[in-house]
Amino acid sequence: MPSAEIAGVTVDVNEEGYLTDPGQWTRAIGEAIAAELGIGPMTDEHWKVIDFLRKDTAEQGQVPSIRRIKKTGDIPTKELYALFPDGPLKKSTKIAGLPKPASCI
Amino acid sequence: MKQLVILGAGTAGTMMANHLVRKLDGNEWALTIVDEHSTHYYQPGFLFIPFGTYDEKDVCKPKTAFIPKGVTHMQEGIDRIAADDNEVHLKNGDKLAYDILIIATGAKIVPDETEGMLGDAWRRDIFDFYTIEGAKALRERLKGWKGGKLVVHLNEMPIKCPVAPLEFTLLAEAFLTRQGVREQTEIRYVSPLSEAFTKHNCAVVLGDMLDDRRIEFVPDFMCERIDSESKKLISYDEREIEYDLLVTVPTNMGDPCIERSGLGDELNFVPTDPQTLQSKAHENVFVIGDATNLPSSKAGSVAHFQADVLTENIQRYIAGQPLDPGFDGHANCFIESGHGKAFLIDFNYEIEPTEGAFPLPVVGPFKLLKETRLNHMGKLAFRWIYWNLLLKGHPMPGISTKMSMVGKRIGN
Ligand SMILES: Cc1cc2nc3c(=O)[nH]c(=O)nc-3n(C[C@H](O)[C@H](O)[C@H](O)COP(=O)(O)OP(=O)(O)OC[C@H]3O[C@@H](n4cnc5c(N)ncnc54)[C@H](O)[C@@H]3O)c2cc1C
Repeated sequence: MPSAEIAGVTVDVNEEGYLTDPGQWTRAIGEAIAAELGIGPMTDEHWKVIDFLRKDTAEQGQVPSIRRIKKTGDIPTKELYALFPDGPLKKSTKIAGLPKPASCI
Repeated sequence: MKQLVILGAGTAGTMMANHLVRKLDGNEWALTIVDEHSTHYYQPGFLFIPFGTYDEKDVCKPKTAFIPKGVTHMQEGIDRIAADDNEVHLKNGDKLAYDILIIATGAKIVPDETEGMLGDAWRRDIFDFYTIEGAKALRERLKGWKGGKLVVHLNEMPIKCPVAPLEFTLLAEAFLTRQGVREQTEIRYVSPLSEAFTKHNCAVVLGDMLDDRRIEFVPDFMCERIDSESKKLISYDEREIEYDLLVTVPTNMGDPCIERSGLGDELNFVPTDPQTLQSKAHENVFVIGDATNLPSSKAGSVAHFQADVLTENIQRYIAGQPLDPGFDGHANCFIESGHGKAFLIDFNYEIEPTEGAFPLPVVGPFKLLKETRLNHMGKLAFRWIYWNLLLKGHPMPGISTKMSMVGKRIGN
C-alpha cells in the first residue's frame, strides 16, 4: 500500500491520495490536503462539513450522500458547492481522510 | 394461525408469494399480499414504448394472474406500518396484524424533488419514461420530432435500473437515425456521475460508445433546478444546459408509506442487512427489491436473486436458526445499445462487470461486456422469462443466485 507524507506525518493512502485509515487523520492533515486541492483557507463553514462527514461515516459505516449532508447535516447543497467547488463530495471526503464515495457525486 | 404479510405485489412481492406458498406449512401460516394497484407492469418494457417497439398491452397483465392460490390478495393502499405493534394500517382504516412482514413496496420517481420539473412543461417539453404514462406521452412527442437539442438527464443516484438512461440515449440515437432526423439533432447525456456508469469497467466501454455515436457526455452535473421558460437545466455550480426536449430520470424514492412509518432513510429506503435482507430496525421485518437501501442495483434480476436468499431466511427465522448471509449483490442485466444490438453485464457487491460468456461459462451464448445481436435477442426474451418464470418464482435457466467467476476475464 502506498504511503505519503502529509503535514509532516507518514500516512497510508490509495493511488488517488485518499487516506485509507481515517484513524491516521488530523486537522493538520486536512488543512494540508485542502491546500493541495486549492480549497481554503479552511473556515468554520468548511470544518462544519468535514466534521459532519467524519461523524456520520463513523456512525453509518458509509460516506453520506449530498442529499444526506443536506437533510441530516443541515448544509445546503448550494453552500457545499460554494465551499468545495468542482466535485464537492470527492474533495471534502479527501480532506476529511475518508474513502472516495463509490458512485461519486 | 400465524400471519405472514407481504407489502407490494410488484416484481419482488409476487415472487416471494410464489416461493413461500410452496415452502411454508399452510396449516400453520396464513399468507397475505397487499397492493393498491390491479395491473402488473413489466417496467423494463417502458424503455421500448417511446420508440414504438412495445405498446402498453405488451407490458401489462392483471396482478391476480401471478398471485398463487393459498395467498390472500388484498387490493388496498398501505397507510403505514406500526412496527412496534406488529401491525399494518391500511388506507381504508383496517389493520393487519403480522408475525412476519416482508416490505416490497419498490421505488418510484419523484419529479417534485427538482424545482421547475413539474409544471406546465411536464409532458410538453419534459418527459420521463419510468412510468407508463410518461413513456406513452414521450412516444407522441418523438413522433413529431424534427430536430433540435435532445437532453437525456439523470438527476440523482440511486435509481432503479441504473443503465436505463444510457440505454434510452443509445436507443434514441438509433431511432432518430432511422427517422432521418439524426443530423438535425444534438444529443447530450447529462449525469451527476463522473463517468457514464456507476461501474468503472462498464463506464469505459459505454463512454466510448457515446463518442462513436456522437453523443456528448456531460459528467458531474448536479441539477439544482430547471428553468422551463428558457428551457435550461441549471446545476449547483451554475452551469447551464439548453434543451428543446428533456428526457429525465427524476429522483427515485421509496413509497411515502415508508416515511409515514418512520422506517426509511433520506430517500425513504429501508435500512437492510446487505447479506440477510432482514431490516436493521426490527427482526421480524424483512425487505426485498427496490425498497431496500442496499448498494446493489435496483433491478428485477437482483430481486430474483434476493428472493432465493430471503425464502431461505424466512424459513430459518421461523425455525429459530441463524440467518444465511447469502446475498452477494449479484446483478445481471442486458444493456440495449440500439441498431438491434445489446450488451450483457454481470456483477456483484465486490466484483466489477468483466468480459466473458453467460450463463454458461466460456460457451455463453450471451457475451459479457460485448455488443452483439444475440444479447439484444436475450433482452427481448427477458420479457417472456419475466412473465413465465421470474414472477412465478421458477429458476431462470442456467443462472445461479451467487455469481460465478468461471469463464469471465478479470484483470484486463
Ligand atoms: C424504465 C425501466 C427499465 C427497467 N429495466 C430493467 C431491466 O432491464 N432489467 C431488470 O432486471 N430490471 C429493470 N428495471 C427495474 C425493475 O422493474 C425493478 O427493479 C423491479 O420491478 C423492482 O421490483 P419491486 O417489487 O421491488 O418493486 P415494484 O415492482 O415497483 O413493486 C412495488 C409494488 O408495491 C406497491 N406499492 C407501493 N407502495 C404502496 C402502498 N403505499 N400501498 C399499496 N401498494 C403499494 C406498488 O403498487 C407496486 O406494485 C427497470 C425499471 C424501469 C422503470
